[in-house]
Amino acid sequence: MLTAKVNVSLKTGVVDPQAGAIKSALINLGFKDVQSVSVSKLIEIKLDSDSKGKARKDAEEMCEKLLANTVIENYKIEITED
Amino acid sequence: MRCAVIVFPGTSGDIDCYHVLKEILGQPTEYVFHKDKFSPEDFDLIVIPGGSAHGDYLRPGAIAKHSEVMRSILKAADAGKLILGIGNGFQILLESGLLPGAVIRNNDLKFHCKDIFLKVEHNNTPFTKLYKKAEVIKMPIAHGVGNYFADSNTLATLKDRGNIIFTYCNADGKVTEDANPNGSVENIAGIINEKGNIMGLMPHPERCCEKILGNTDGIRLFESILQHIEGGIK
Repeated sequence: MLTAKVNVSLKTGVVDPQAGAIKSALINLGFKDVQSVSVSKLIEIKLDSDSKGKARKDAEEMCEKLLANTVIENYKIEITED
Repeated sequence: MRCAVIVFPGTSGDIDCYHVLKEILGQPTEYVFHKDKFSPEDFDLIVIPGGSAHGDYLRPGAIAKHSEVMRSILKAADAGKLILGIGNGFQILLESGLLPGAVIRNNDLKFHCKDIFLKVEHNNTPFTKLYKKAEVIKMPIAHGVGNYFADSNTLATLKDRGNIIFTYCNADGKVTEDANPNGSVENIAGIINEKGNIMGLMPHPERCCEKILGNTDGIRLFESILQHIEGGIK
C-alpha cells in the first residue's frame, strides 16, 4: 500500500480571506509575531499499488482532473509507503 | 424555445427556473437529471440553476463537472446552444472551463443573501438584449463563494472583448468598492464566453421575474433569450 499525500493551496496572488481572518484572530490572541498565514487542504489517498511512479502519475492526474482548480490553486504530491 | 433545466443532487434553483420558463414565458421546458444524456438538437437553452450541486464538496462545481450530463452540455456548448449558469451554475461553468476564471470565498467570509444593484455593461448578447446598455437593475444574490477571480491576462481579455456583462454597482450605477458584496475583481458579477453563447452570473434573475415578488428586473434576461431564439416575444 502507498499513500499519496496531496496538498492543495491557493496560488500566490489569490487573496485568501480565510487565512486573513485566521491571521487577525491569532494576532488578537496575543501572538504578535505572526507575519502571515496560509491555509491549504491535505488530501490523503491510500492506493493499492507498489509502484511509486504509477502512484505519483495517478495522483497528478487526480489533481488535474478533480482535486485542484489550477486557475487558482497549486498542488504538491508526496508518495509514502505505509 | 425548448429549455432544459439541469438538476444535480443539491440543486435548489431548479423549480424557480422551470417556473419562469414554463409558466411565465410559456415555453416547453424539461428537467434534465445529472445522470441523463441529451443531444445538442434537443434544446435551444440549457439552464444550470443555483444551489449546492453535490454539496459543494471539495469546491463548488468540482464534482458536478464530471457528471454524465456535463458531457451533453459540452457538446451543446460546441454546437453553439445557449447555456446560462446561475449562482452554483456559474461556478460549474467556471470549473468546467466553459467560462474563464474561478470563484473563491467571499472576501468577508460571509454568506450574503440580499438585493444588490447590477450595471448591464453590454446589451449586445442573447442574454441581455432587452436591457439598456449601462442600465442599473436590482437582483438578489445568495452565495458564500462568489468572489470572482481571474489573472490579469484573462481579465484584460475579458475587458477587451466586452465579455464582462454584469458588474456590482450602487443605486446610481457607479461601480464602487462599497457596492461590491463579495470582493470580485473589477466588481464582476457575470461574464460571457468569447463565442457569446454561454453566460454565467452569481445573482439570481429567476428570483425577480414577477410583480408578486416585488421585482421584475430578472424577466428581461429570459425574454432576451426567447427573443434571440424565436425572434419575438410570445
